[in-house]
Amino acid sequence: MTDRLRLGIFLIAGPVFLGLYCYAVLNLPPWGQYRGPYGDMIARLAVYERHATDTVNAINYDYRGFDTLGEEFILFTAAIGVTMLLRREKDVPTAAVGKVADRPPLSEAVRAALSPALLITVIFGFYIGLHGQLTPGGGFQGGVILATASVLVYLADNTEVFKRITSHVAVEVVEAAGASSYALIGVMPILIGLPLLTNILPLGTTGDVFSAGNIALISACVGVEVTAAFLLVIYTYLEEIVTGEIPEE
Amino acid sequence: MPPILHSLPYFVAAWIFCCGLYGLVTSRHLIHSVICLAILQSSTYVLLLAIGYRTGGAAPVFADIAPGTLTVDPVVQALMLTDVVVEAVVVALLLAMVVKAYEKSGSVSPSDLRTMRG
Repeated sequence: MTDRLRLGIFLIAGPVFLGLYCYAVLNLPPWGQYRGPYGDMIARLAVYERHATDTVNAINYDYRGFDTLGEEFILFTAAIGVTMLLRREKDVPTAAVGKVADRPPLSEAVRAALSPALLITVIFGFYIGLHGQLTPGGGFQGGVILATASVLVYLADNTEVFKRITSHVAVEVVEAAGASSYALIGVMPILIGLPLLTNILPLGTTGDVFSAGNIALISACVGVEVTAAFLLVIYTYLEEIVTGEIPEE
Repeated sequence: MPPILHSLPYFVAAWIFCCGLYGLVTSRHLIHSVICLAILQSSTYVLLLAIGYRTGGAAPVFADIAPGTLTVDPVVQALMLTDVVVEAVVVALLLAMVVKAYEKSGSVSPSDLRTMRG
């Protein structure tokens, strides 16, 4: 298919899509007039049933917990996929020509800013990750913030330190442990005769960090998994940059 | 409120979708394609949040508001969270494929991909 033909198909199909879309939108309830019953029901019930003040996470880790289990394994599989696609065959010799310089020039200011920036990032990551049941946040967001701490190290220091922190095997083991612990928490209620992913832990006081039962625990497990998965992806990509060959012009 | 504003966010979503699609159709660089796909997918965030929005509704977090306060729909927000996570990993996976495609074929143009075998 030539570029011109592809553009032609788009210019015909695009307006048709837009027309049908406009027709659909004009029959939707007007913006700001949400009518669905489910959102209201959960917003009313989550605080009483689960002692979780953040209803979004109550949905993610409890009411829709099974979906999030699948979502977590999408993340797991994708991280493994990136690692497998970009792995280096050990036997294949890589040409030394055109290697990227491993050590970027560093200013003292960057080096001095590293420690406070790391401290803030790590504390903020744990705060977001552990308060998912109370305020917006949770495992996914906290995990991503924690994983960026390693990028700070990479930016401000050399790759050797970065590699020591994101040691490949340890990260893989932690990732697998985080992913499987969610599944194990889900299976646990089955052993005592309850449905999958039932919230069996004590619910605690509403507004307390240790509240909402399974929601807080699953959120923490997801946080561990997301941190490890993103560390794995970041490590794999940066390794690709550091050891990847650049073809000569 | 003029009638067009009743559906403005839906049209914003469609506009972002079409921008991403146009970029994908006319793309001459694989990384450009991946970014366009990410833009295309971000239209779903606007659409989902627009569907769940309610005039005067608070955020569905009852840490500092009384239970029973009128809020926007938390279900679509949870769906959007899933969407964001999936988009992030899909982009990571696709970029890895771009690196591999470049290593195998020596080109980053999508039109050169059809010569690849196996």
